[in-house]
Amino acid sequence: MSTPQAHLETLPRSVQVFLLLGLVALLAFPFAQQDFYTQTVTRMMILAIFAMSLDLLQGITGLVSLGHAAYFGLAGYVVAYVSPQDAGANWLIALPLAMLVSALAALVIGFFVVRTHGIYFIMVTMAFSQMMYYLFFDNKALGGSDGVYINVRPAGWGLDLENKWMLYYFTLVCMVITYAFLRRLLWSPFGRTLNGIRLNEHRTSALGYASFSYKLTAFTLAGALAGLAGFLWAAQTGYVNPELMGFHMSAHAIMMVILGGMGNVAGALIGAFGFEIFLDVFKDLPKIGNFDLGKHWQLWMGSLIVLVVIVAPQGLMGLLRSKKADDE
Amino acid sequence: MDLANFLIQLLNSVQYGLLLFLLAAGLTLIFGIMGVVNLAHGSFYMLGAYLAYALTGSMGNLFVAIPVGAVLSLVIGWLLEKILFKHFYHRDHLDQVLLTFGLIYIFEELRSMLWGDDVHNVAIPASLDWSIKLTDTLSYPAYRLFLLGVCLLLAVGLWLLISRTKIGMKIRAGAFNSDMAQALGVNIVRLHALVFALGVALASLAGMLIAPLSSIYPNMGSQVLIMCFVVVVIGGIGSVRGALTAALLVGLVDIFGKVLVPQFASMLVYVLMALVLLYKPEGLFKQ
Repeated sequence: MSTPQAHLETLPRSVQVFLLLGLVALLAFPFAQQDFYTQTVTRMMILAIFAMSLDLLQGITGLVSLGHAAYFGLAGYVVAYVSPQDAGANWLIALPLAMLVSALAALVIGFFVVRTHGIYFIMVTMAFSQMMYYLFFDNKALGGSDGVYINVRPAGWGLDLENKWMLYYFTLVCMVITYAFLRRLLWSPFGRTLNGIRLNEHRTSALGYASFSYKLTAFTLAGALAGLAGFLWAAQTGYVNPELMGFHMSAHAIMMVILGGMGNVAGALIGAFGFEIFLDVFKDLPKIGNFDLGKHWQLWMGSLIVLVVIVAPQGLMGLLRSKKADDE
Repeated sequence: MDLANFLIQLLNSVQYGLLLFLLAAGLTLIFGIMGVVNLAHGSFYMLGAYLAYALTGSMGNLFVAIPVGAVLSLVIGWLLEKILFKHFYHRDHLDQVLLTFGLIYIFEELRSMLWGDDVHNVAIPASLDWSIKLTDTLSYPAYRLFLLGVCLLLAVGLWLLISRTKIGMKIRAGAFNSDMAQALGVNIVRLHALVFALGVALASLAGMLIAPLSSIYPNMGSQVLIMCFVVVVIGGIGSVRGALTAALLVGLVDIFGKVLVPQFASMLVYVLMALVLLYKPEGLFKQ
């Protein structure tokens, strides 16, 4: 599944500068007083956390999970269940609990799925997430197909997520922490071992590393981080439904990671923003005469994706790499 | 559950299973021979349903529409292979996933431009619009029997094609070891185009046949695509025999699950898949 090429783990200076500028822009953004766009950017940051958590599996460990949304959605449901009818849940309890439940689910499911390889891994992860999806979809007690509303968003300790600004900056902090954590993890002995598993699992286990435990730990950790994104999603929308665990959400995450470029966390981050920005831009395209360009956004989005596969097989970040390789 | 009811559900299971087989056969061959993960396979099913709608509308008869639609689908499949897919056989699976995901968007939009976003229906042909009375309260629609018969014929035809003809021998050789087959003089380029077109036509046929029984709606391919992958993986990738067994198994589990334990029915198929893979990690009939 994974190619042994360098995944641009050492970020080029241009990318570092770009990310730094991006951070400054994100810090300043709410002051532009564009309420609608502040919420859009909050959503993008949440999806970026989700995409980065998947990159830990897909790009770093070489485990392509087509069921990652299960842990994302599950955390959202936890928030919904622990929120009282007329008050917000204490986020200091709800957030760790949501991440813990997601991590536990990932640990149990991971115990079964990390034994499989390649296309079978893709399919088994999908099967388990579909099971969760239908469990919540078909059972009225769990919310059923309509989902569950969160009347009051989590709050506590001076933080009130009902406040759009606070939610924005809280999400930004979570995103930066996730990014820093995963970048640090990538270069830790643990991360190097995961990388070794992606490049050649047999060789890595021959060197004495218990690849099963490493893969299971990565799967659990990725589940917990997806849970963080799920918590934020539930806090933002105030509503959870089974679609959050669905096939499309999982595929969406994979697309974001591939679009940006796998295996270096920064690619997933850029891919998530890129994917969402393109979607929004395409949907807002103007009418030309009788032809409404925005109404046909799927055509532009589809063409863009096909184009990326043809000209940039390693994602948007890969474009940088091949240019750099040409220079040398 | 009394006997009549049981028989009805059994017929429904087999019919659903065979329909899934038509879809999964193409998918498993395309994966087994060309190594392509085709997420857009569900779009061909949708294409079939909409072709049935459009052609029945313009020709007035479903029985004329189906052969015409099948030929059209063959041509579309052949063209897609020549223009796009053949350049992706040696690419990473993830690139193929991304490509075919992009294609789903494009196909959906083309569908929307051609036929709009409304839900459509195709009438059951008058000659088959009657039912067989089983008991005082239960009856079985003739069109479902027709569908069952056609699917059976197609399945048997496909089996004969693959196990009894020279082309079938080449297809099996290609699925077993594509490079070796080429070295032994099989025109693998033509074989690829043929298999791809065949897969598209089978998926489209499934869509055309089911059109009178289900409504025709946007995104109808995505649900069925997941089921197809389940069937292909349970059966073992590249195995047509496995796809048939798995499709019938999935049909039985799904239909009887819906009757017996409606709350957990939709989960059951995935439980089945997880169990099979834990027990046999490469599917039932891995070659």
